[in-house]
Amino acid sequence: MAFENLSEKLNHIFRGLRGKGKLSEADVRSALREVKMALLEADVNFRVVKQFIGSVQERAVGSEVMNGLNPGQQVIKIVDEELTKLMGSEMTEISFQPGKAITVIMMCGLQGAGKTTTAAKIAAKVTKKGKKPLLAALDVYRPAAIRQLQVNGEKVGVSVFSMGDDHRPADIARAALEHAQKNHFDVVILDTAGRLQIDDEMMQELVDIKEAVDVHQTLLVVDAMTGQEAVNVAESFDQRVGIDGVILTKLDGDTRGGAALSIKAVTGKPILFVGMGEKLEDLEPFYPDRMAGRILGMGDVLTLIDKAQANLTAEDEEKSRDMASRVRKGKFDFNDYLESMKQMRRMGGLGSILGMMPGMGISREELEGQIDEKKIAHLEAMVLSMTPEERANPKLLNPQRKYRIARGSGNDIASVNRFIKQFEQMQKMMKQMGGLGGRKKHGSPFGGFGGFGGAGRKGGFPF
Amino acid sequence: MPEEGTEKSRKKGFFSRLFSGLTKSRNSIGSGIERAFTSYDRIDEDFYEDLEETMIMGDIGIKATDQIMEKLRAQVKEQKIKDPGLCKGLLIHNIKEQMAVDAHAYDFEHGPSVVLVIGVNGVGKTTSVGKLAGIYRDEGKKVIIAAADTFRAAANEQLSAWAQRAGVDMIGAPEGSDPASVLFDAVQAAKARHADILLVDTAGRLHNKKNLMAELGKIDRVISREWPECMRENLIVLDGTTGQNALAQAREFNGAAHLTGIILTKMDGTAKGGIAIAIQSELGIPVKFIGVGEKMDDLQRFQPDDYVDALFGVGETQT
Repeated sequence: MAFENLSEKLNHIFRGLRGKGKLSEADVRSALREVKMALLEADVNFRVVKQFIGSVQERAVGSEVMNGLNPGQQVIKIVDEELTKLMGSEMTEISFQPGKAITVIMMCGLQGAGKTTTAAKIAAKVTKKGKKPLLAALDVYRPAAIRQLQVNGEKVGVSVFSMGDDHRPADIARAALEHAQKNHFDVVILDTAGRLQIDDEMMQELVDIKEAVDVHQTLLVVDAMTGQEAVNVAESFDQRVGIDGVILTKLDGDTRGGAALSIKAVTGKPILFVGMGEKLEDLEPFYPDRMAGRILGMGDVLTLIDKAQANLTAEDEEKSRDMASRVRKGKFDFNDYLESMKQMRRMGGLGSILGMMPGMGISREELEGQIDEKKIAHLEAMVLSMTPEERANPKLLNPQRKYRIARGSGNDIASVNRFIKQFEQMQKMMKQMGGLGGRKKHGSPFGGFGGFGGAGRKGGFPF
Repeated sequence: MPEEGTEKSRKKGFFSRLFSGLTKSRNSIGSGIERAFTSYDRIDEDFYEDLEETMIMGDIGIKATDQIMEKLRAQVKEQKIKDPGLCKGLLIHNIKEQMAVDAHAYDFEHGPSVVLVIGVNGVGKTTSVGKLAGIYRDEGKKVIIAAADTFRAAANEQLSAWAQRAGVDMIGAPEGSDPASVLFDAVQAAKARHADILLVDTAGRLHNKKNLMAELGKIDRVISREWPECMRENLIVLDGTTGQNALAQAREFNGAAHLTGIILTKMDGTAKGGIAIAIQSELGIPVKFIGVGEKMDDLQRFQPDDYVDALFGVGETQT
């Protein structure tokens, strides 16, 4: 594939459209086509994708392109917001029964989803909250499943209740609850066998367990790598057994985890935790916003958008607008240079910004080798060694002044000469670019990050 | 001929299971395709787009779908096909052809050979090893199982239950020991006891964990070094419900230990399993076994024709 991720594709689409202030229907449609493909590649269910794209389209058409973003990023921003909204905007927790009443949690899911491991992880988690959990082994089918739970229970210091493999799971559940009451456990976690959602007999078994004991939380454990099938699994379990929440496992792999979105969309049930590893403490809360970025395959760009939002203050915007108009007139001077450096630093330094821009087509490691933040600091020192007059009017810089700047900034005269020459070239280039017109009304000093990406490649800025 | 009879009924049972298991696949892929083929009276862009969507719904993946579609389009143009119905036959034929298993794919079964079974967590490696042990034991082969999953709690017990069920020997080691050393012992035992097939169960590992993949590479090397003259088979187990990530899994595992085939599991419930087509098309790794249930003989050699037919709902009316 020519483009590795969504943001690159979008940048490509919008290459010619950088100056626009509003998203047109055509822009949105072509961008959303790529978003659709990205979601499908992430294994989001096709039906869910279709619905989702429809709702985003409605919102995106005609929306204003935010300062500091290019149209592609604007679309992504909207997509990301909608995704996050869909996945639940806040984190949820397991709710416990009030007082000393016993909370019963039942784990269920397909074979190999990670129920037994997750059951132990939850036990460890609730122990930390001052609860006294009991793990109950209800998987009477898989060889050594009970033993696995016992070993894991031991590792996290939680008691395991089992009756071997020749009792009905519903009976074991009932006995486990009695055992818990007698021995003052306040949380009972039922680890059930893996089953297919189309296996009627096995699904009935879960219903039987729920009838035998009061289950307060039924948690569906789903492998994050699940494909289109996730919808069928979640729907069936929810309809047949009724689920209260979802746990997504194996998210420490490199899957984009579109299943999360599918499940949330069809069941509306919250994702409570994500499994991030094989160690028994590797159970983390679910952050809808992070998951959105992951599904889109572009968490870093979202971070950049966040930073642009958080760090560009109203004053900055004013300055940028001013600077943009000066750039257009070819009046870009050293003060502007200093200002743009400052803005960039607020967003985490040049390396971090370039690293976040997929359009650059270079890896972070390469970047670290190529861009020397120190060198930029040297350049900045040169500018700071100039008088205000010199900064405003670079033409004043005669050899004598250059010599003074070199000494003042701790550089040699050759570096100062090179820097000033590059700066003049850049000025010239900007004048040409400005002359073409059509720049966005209130562009940032980078002319949108996409613009900056392009300029960076041509060596626009003198580094 | 009582033996033949049971063989036959078992076989029938298996394929009816594949069919019943793939009912959902058929309902999604098959009926979608059926719909696409019948609701159009001519082949146009909408028709192709509909087909594409249905295949993506089947977890076949965008890239493989594109390739399949490109080929189909070219053929339709070349053969001047006008009838959407004819397209279906062509599409199915193409996929069958692509999924065909090489004639030498099962040579390793004659032994002596080492079959390394690998994959991410929870795909059914241990169960598959147990089933394979049963199958080869039934064929009168001398089978030894190596329990190289020394990480997961009670993995050893789970496998030894299978070994007992199959009636074969197992070489294991306590939890936490080096899996490569288990392999060393197992290979010595297999040589000494003149085993035909040494089946190796390994710990589940996510393909993006560098250390674990390096560990796998080491296991692979130990086998080659200690028993250079044996036939080698490295099978990756893929969960049929897995989506596009299965491609990444196959790619990475192939890098760590050259893959010779795929065991596609949990095909009795998964709707799709189309990822097998994507992997074959992108990496050229054939599916060699397919699992449709939890019983010993629910794992069988992969039959591309049956699989693709079941997937697309062909032959449903005959049965």
